[in-house]
Amino acid sequence: MDFSVLTNNMDAFLEGFKTTIIASLIALVCSFILGTLIAVMRIAPLKALNWIGTVYVEFIRNIPVLVIVFFTYLAFTFSGMTAGTIGLTVYTASFIAEAIRAGIMSVPKGQMEAARSSGLSYGQAMRFVILPQAIKIVIPPLGNQFINLVKNSSLLGIVAGGDLMYQGDLVNAKTFAYVDTYVFVALFYLVLTIPLSFGVGYLEKRLARSN
Amino acid sequence: MDFLKPFIEVYTPDHLKFLLQGFLVTLKVAAISIVLSFIIGAIVGTLRYAKIPVLSQILAVLVEILRNLPLLLIIFFTYFALPELGIEMEITTAAIAALTVFESAMLSEIIRSGLNSIEKGQTEAGRSSGLSYVQTLRYIVLPQALRRMVPPIVSQFISLLKDTSLAVVIALPDLLHNGQIIYAQKESYVAPVFIIVALMYFIVNYALSLAARRLELKQS
Repeated sequence: MDFSVLTNNMDAFLEGFKTTIIASLIALVCSFILGTLIAVMRIAPLKALNWIGTVYVEFIRNIPVLVIVFFTYLAFTFSGMTAGTIGLTVYTASFIAEAIRAGIMSVPKGQMEAARSSGLSYGQAMRFVILPQAIKIVIPPLGNQFINLVKNSSLLGIVAGGDLMYQGDLVNAKTFAYVDTYVFVALFYLVLTIPLSFGVGYLEKRLARSN
Repeated sequence: MDFLKPFIEVYTPDHLKFLLQGFLVTLKVAAISIVLSFIIGAIVGTLRYAKIPVLSQILAVLVEILRNLPLLLIIFFTYFALPELGIEMEITTAAIAALTVFESAMLSEIIRSGLNSIEKGQTEAGRSSGLSYVQTLRYIVLPQALRRMVPPIVSQFISLLKDTSLAVVIALPDLLHNGQIIYAQKESYVAPVFIIVALMYFIVNYALSLAARRLELKQS
């Protein structure tokens, strides 16, 4: 193991690490918003909205994320990082929508009926009664989606997105120390994903106990 | 009707045949990886469930590392870094090896948690009625666990099929790769190519997910 590969290129690794974190966070926030919207569309009492939501989820989650990332990169004149983050958002939103929908469905029907009959509109009932209860059930799967997001953000490397994977390839081109470089890149990813997956595991256990 | 022109130019029998050839490579690589990773995942998952000292811990560390890494990194490592260590593979083998290593880790977790979800009383009853540990596992625990594992295993297979597309980075001549060759001819070909490529992936994956859902319904 040649640690000079790491120390000599620390700036590049850290730069990539930062981009990976930023891209993952932006994609997480955006796909959470988009995913919630789609989930609500899927269960809204309006056939046309149901249909749009269902088509989105079924289509997007059955095609590879790389196809989406390439498409956003090539069809629009975005930078690699923007295109990658948009692609990740579009893809992840479909999974988050499914997780949120499952959470909403798990709230007993009586809750909605009670809220509606006490004078709340459908939107209000959703916002103040159903969603706050659903979110508890949704948190562990959301955590898993975030881990997937961090891992999938490596696709930015393919469209010159400046992330960890991309910087790793630049270091490779300079040092030709492929094994060392990839091991260091792997360690940077693990620093992010291992604590996240332990956190999700802990939440899952706590949730299982509280039920 | 100008915007239709690239579609007409792209959707020729030759192009479609070329894309289908790529899709066959995708399906072949995915199918081989599915079989291999299912076998390895089942062995690793069962060994971890059996809590064999030392071995279980080593496997746990390996599985945790592998499933927390981006698959793309594993593909790059297999194709570009392993030759440095004297292990050289051609493109298809490298793609299958990388996919198998990653998906085995994912599947072993599904299988382990499936086994863990079977009540302890089942094992105890099996053992106290005179079956050996392996017999109990084989005839009592596994058949029950397998039924619960089918839906997550199928969705992992769908993931694998989608993940096969990542092998374009090492130039595996799969569906996405052949699509790239077609849209490289002309900028206006990008949208038509991506639409047909996405549809091909979608049809197979959607069929798989419908099958998984039917199995799920049948169980409950």
